[in-house]
Amino acid sequence: MYLHEAQAKDILARYGIPLPEGMIARSSDEAAAHATALGGAVAVKALIHAGGRGLAGGVRFAQTPDEAALCADDMLGGTLVTAQTRRKGETVHEIYIEQALDFSRSLYLSLIVDQRRAVPTLIAAAEGGTAFEQNAMDAPAMVQKYPLGADGGHNPAALAAFLDMLGVPDSHSAAVLGVVEAMIAAFMENDATLIEINPLALVEGGGAVAIDAKIVLDGNSLFRHPALAALRDTARSDEAEVLAQANEINFVRMDGEIGLVVNGAGLGLATHDMVIEEGGRPANFMDIRTMATAEQIATGIGLLLDDPKVRVLLINVHGGGMTTCDRISDALALATEAHDRTVPVIFRVAGQNAAQAREAAQALPLPCTIPDDMTEAVRLAVSEALQ
Amino acid sequence: MTALISSDARILVQGLTGNAGTFYTRLAMAYGTGDTGGYVAGVTPGKGGIDHLGLPVFDTVREATQATRPDASVIMAPAPVAADAMLEAIEAGIPTVVCVTERVPVLDMVRVRDALRDSDTALVGPNSQGILVPGARKLGVMSTADAIPGGIGIAARSASLTSEVVARLSAAGLGQSTTIGIGGDPIHGIGFAHCLALFRDDPGTEAVVLIGELGGVEEEEAADFLAAEPYGKPVIALLVGRHAPEDRRMGHAGTVSVLGSGSIAQKTALLELAGVRMAATPDDVVRALAS
Repeated sequence: MYLHEAQAKDILARYGIPLPEGMIARSSDEAAAHATALGGAVAVKALIHAGGRGLAGGVRFAQTPDEAALCADDMLGGTLVTAQTRRKGETVHEIYIEQALDFSRSLYLSLIVDQRRAVPTLIAAAEGGTAFEQNAMDAPAMVQKYPLGADGGHNPAALAAFLDMLGVPDSHSAAVLGVVEAMIAAFMENDATLIEINPLALVEGGGAVAIDAKIVLDGNSLFRHPALAALRDTARSDEAEVLAQANEINFVRMDGEIGLVVNGAGLGLATHDMVIEEGGRPANFMDIRTMATAEQIATGIGLLLDDPKVRVLLINVHGGGMTTCDRISDALALATEAHDRTVPVIFRVAGQNAAQAREAAQALPLPCTIPDDMTEAVRLAVSEALQ
Repeated sequence: MTALISSDARILVQGLTGNAGTFYTRLAMAYGTGDTGGYVAGVTPGKGGIDHLGLPVFDTVREATQATRPDASVIMAPAPVAADAMLEAIEAGIPTVVCVTERVPVLDMVRVRDALRDSDTALVGPNSQGILVPGARKLGVMSTADAIPGGIGIAARSASLTSEVVARLSAAGLGQSTTIGIGGDPIHGIGFAHCLALFRDDPGTEAVVLIGELGGVEEEEAADFLAAEPYGKPVIALLVGRHAPEDRRMGHAGTVSVLGSGSIAQKTALLELAGVRMAATPDDVVRALAS
């Protein structure tokens, strides 16, 4: 679960990490009032659930409250497309007005779980900022890793030596070590999968200030963090995707004409790949989870019938466990009954109870083709969509 | 011969008395050879002493282990307690542990991996369909409709795609020695490299199929393993998510690492360099094995 900057900074503040003073604004008047209250130059930042804002016009600087209001006018209600958003971008509903700090040096710091070692790991670079991702790709050696214990445990002296090796000046080593220790505590206690501070400004007097921050929480751990679960902002997500999630279906909307109804992420990705390589365009990605009932799957199929771009349904299900094939034919019957619109259906099932599912699908009042295998099913769906 | 699970393995179920445990164990008992399909006991805290599906139920894994000497445990426990169930099985020294539970928190798996470091247990999962020894033993939730015994070993990150590949292989007369679902979560038990070592040492396995996808480091680790020394058996890999937009997380496909690894292009290049034959579809897998 991706937190926006203000939410991430709320958490970091609780752990004592120094931050510029900032406030959320939802209108240009509010932006001007916040800029006045903060005094001096401010940063105006779009609060979206993705990074890459700095290079995409999502972070601007204003010298006066009037300038802050102009920036706010420009950003609020607009769409921001960054290297880390979806192609269609994200609408900006809120902005963050924050004191602009002067600094000449900064670091990049993040914590992730290293997938090879399966331990929380500090990632650090001696030069932070908006160009970090590009710089890191051009010169991977600038990025250094420091593995922690499974519980986040570490030897403070060894960690200090790592930061020294990284090139943190002696004048700022105590402050940076303090930030890293606080990040580790925040990571472990909130079940984060990513905490990133970029840039961490090294300011005069030996201090370190988190200019920008990003936190991704583990969506699977929210059962033990009710306060964090409340931060989930479904209003910003695609309605269909939220409805599908609530029905045990992973669903991602796309631009094409072929509606995909598939169980399992792997088969979903495989079907998606094969449709594109056959020259077709998927309307969505779908992964029906094992526990989904026929009613829930029917809701997923309904999302595709409601999409006027969808010209054909490609059902590709391998039945096993609780998702037997007849559950899919039941779902198709329910969805057909509940929707006036029908589209041609390519009904391809295999595995548990496939024969009875085919028989049931054939009896439905809709144009249903039943191919023998997945390759043939994909070919039929693409040719139907291109007609 | 088989890898990881022998054809006469004795199996325990943690979470036997729950809905999922009851549903899947009943199917697995009917599938396996022998009166109970190899299943010898169940564990549900607080329900020790009862019988369920004709199997004795114990309060703890240690009690069940002392009484029934299982070779493997299947964990069907809910996500919030799945890590504790895995830790209990590891502590009891069960050689093979399969966890099918979905949505286990990442930091819980970090704790489990820490416990595995000093143990002899091989963990499969979580978020895994389990292990199938066609015609002999079923530990998990996979489809068994099309599996037949034979010489192809399969290690996979996805359940439904495994079933699809198994069906195509069987239709072409190519049976399977063992299928292992390593699970779809970022932090999990044994990976492709470990499975490759098991299949190499199993005389009943003649060729190996890896079913991977974008994200994660499994394919990279498999390539490292295969590049280190001659493998001696054909390895085919089917990687999916070739056209998934890189910024989108699809199901359990995993986030592309911040350090730039995980792309299909990189995985393919490394595997090809290590001598692996790439397949684009389940039918391609069959063609590659037939040639």
